[in-house]
Amino acid sequence: MKRHNVMRATAVAALLSLGLTACGSGGGGSEEASSTVRVTLANHVWTDIIKEAIPEFEEETGLTVQLTQLGEDQLSDQYNVKLNAGTDEIDVMMYRPLQEGKLFAQNGYLADLSERVEGNAEWDWSDFQSGPVEATTFEDKVVGVPLITEREVLYYRKDLLEKAGLEVPKTLEELEAAAKQIKEENPETAGFVARTGRSAAVTQFSSYLYSFGGDFIDDSGKSAIGTPEAKEAYDYYGRMIREYGPENVSTDMSWPEAMAIFTQGGAAFYTEADSLYKNATDPADSKVAETVGFAPMPEGPAGSKPYNVPSWGLAINEASANQDNAWKFIEWATSKEKTLEVQKAGVPGPRSSVWEDPEGISTYPKDLAEAIAVSAENGVGYDRPLVVSVAEAREIVGDPIVAAITGEDAAKAAETANTSFEAFLEDEK
Amino acid sequence: MTARSTDTTQRGSAGKGPKKTGWQAYSDWANDHRKWLFAAPAMVFVGILIVFPLAWTLYLSLTDASGSVRAESDFIGLENYTEVLTDTQRFWPAVGRTFYFTIGALAIQMVLGMCIALLLWRPFKGEKFVRVVILLPLVATPVAVGMMWRLILDPNIGFANQLLGFFGLPGQPWLSSPETALTTLLFVDVWQWTPMVVLILLAGLTSLSDEPDEAARIDGATAWQRFWYVTLPLMMPTVIVAVLLRGIDALKTFDILYATKGKGGGSFNEVETLNIYAYGLSFDYMDYGVASAVLILFFMIIVACMWLVTFRRKGNK
Repeated sequence: MKRHNVMRATAVAALLSLGLTACGSGGGGSEEASSTVRVTLANHVWTDIIKEAIPEFEEETGLTVQLTQLGEDQLSDQYNVKLNAGTDEIDVMMYRPLQEGKLFAQNGYLADLSERVEGNAEWDWSDFQSGPVEATTFEDKVVGVPLITEREVLYYRKDLLEKAGLEVPKTLEELEAAAKQIKEENPETAGFVARTGRSAAVTQFSSYLYSFGGDFIDDSGKSAIGTPEAKEAYDYYGRMIREYGPENVSTDMSWPEAMAIFTQGGAAFYTEADSLYKNATDPADSKVAETVGFAPMPEGPAGSKPYNVPSWGLAINEASANQDNAWKFIEWATSKEKTLEVQKAGVPGPRSSVWEDPEGISTYPKDLAEAIAVSAENGVGYDRPLVVSVAEAREIVGDPIVAAITGEDAAKAAETANTSFEAFLEDEK
Repeated sequence: MTARSTDTTQRGSAGKGPKKTGWQAYSDWANDHRKWLFAAPAMVFVGILIVFPLAWTLYLSLTDASGSVRAESDFIGLENYTEVLTDTQRFWPAVGRTFYFTIGALAIQMVLGMCIALLLWRPFKGEKFVRVVILLPLVATPVAVGMMWRLILDPNIGFANQLLGFFGLPGQPWLSSPETALTTLLFVDVWQWTPMVVLILLAGLTSLSDEPDEAARIDGATAWQRFWYVTLPLMMPTVIVAVLLRGIDALKTFDILYATKGKGGGSFNEVETLNIYAYGLSFDYMDYGVASAVLILFFMIIVACMWLVTFRRKGNK
């Protein structure tokens, strides 16, 4: 009899707990147009600034913002898992138009914003630069609003140039000669540094590729990384790091590592995205804050052709039931006033009016603003192959970069990569 | 207890008619099927968390799913498996690295762990302090450990090379050279997980009885002989537990590899083990079909290894 009771109690407890869990998981999600906007943002300077302003938005609209903030890779993984599962738990999402835009749009994750962007004259969609807009448009539908733009510029050390009696290099040839001279005169300092990781370097290498007259994919949609121009670009980039780069250079560097070398005073020249300039000019992070200068991407045989891209955008999750409120958030975060505010705090924005406004560039180092103006004019609208599986494509086209850095035959590596890339593009058709 | 239960039964029967009440019937049924009832939550758990994902992965591995798992995909039979098994660029090197890492880490950890455990076995002064210090690496998260070592081993600004420089030695490429990266990480794994082996072995050692050892001592056996012929055979069950636990762990190591070398295991895939490869395939390339095939093959490899270890053990008995 006693066991009988224990039995019964346990069974009831088990059933109860099962029932409770079922209730717990079945609860949320189905409500319509909630007053809570769930926003997922990447760790970025832009996010830090906008985060502080969110209470303003909440006060204006009476909505509540629930913010999730993640590192770049984690963000990407989250989207892949959650959007794949059709989640409605994300309303507004910060995403990388060039990296994931095509994939997400193709998978139907991104809501069509075409009508919304045209709907508000004051907010003014036509104010956004055309390059960035192109990157957030998929099959003639607007699927995202550009947030942050960037171009490749040359960071350099004024003191080292002065000491060596050199002018700021205007061509890639001059850059190499200057890097060589400075390295020879200061054995402790590298002449040049840049990203070296197979995938990470691709975006920065792109400006070299374009400036040498090459491209990732040619007009007919075939791989172009085996052309003589591309081979030369690979060889040049690899040689710059191998011969004039830091001692013990690794092939894993992305911008934090390369930036660290530059800001610790370890290199004379550094080519990187202008949106990261604060890292170099902020005395708290940078030992060279006082002596850092900026110049446009040096000219190659085909001129100076840096990339000019929107690195981040905001989009609405197609599965979200809260799209109207999500749009309110986007409208607010990308308004002229906010863009000006954010840009003054050091994040280059996508709005022409803000760039034309003297106040918009008032906080920028003068030489940087000039370099940006040049790059915005002759820039190329992408910095990586525009395909669906960008990560895979970056690894393929990045292979010759590391091969060149480690002193292998860059031309041969480019040939091999060309074959793989050809097959990859064929596969994706 | 009995009184209250009778009470309930009575109340129940009063409410629901003269026959066996619903509750009574349920109670009897529950008693008859109690072995299933008790196991049910566990079975549901296993079903949802183990069988379903496995079956789903198996299904995905037979399709050409890519881009999105919600997108339409075709059933392509064993094509993914042929592709993976003939892939000498990424898959087979990854298998090799997985085993190099697992066997290397396991061997060093077992020998080192046994040595430390033997040293800590007999009481000594400051024993507690030493034990705490040894356990420190164990309490850190592997991702944090990975990032910490990445900073320490950075070729330009890292502490390790600065220390070497202080002694006038040339800086080493540690993680940055394709030749040394995996071995360096193997030692990071040793650094972090040897304490775990020490812990298990120490527990085994302290539960051994002293008599066989004393007997051997009286018979004039040397320290080595006592260890090799007396202690080690007695410790065998504990050693096997440690080997199994650490082996499985080392086989599926992901965090420190990913935290230090990133996607694809570095620019030359130098530390790309099967885990990193499968992760890259699914999260970077979105090739869910191929990734699933890799995971199923990995699963089969693990099952085969487990079977070998346990089978050998049974054979020995």
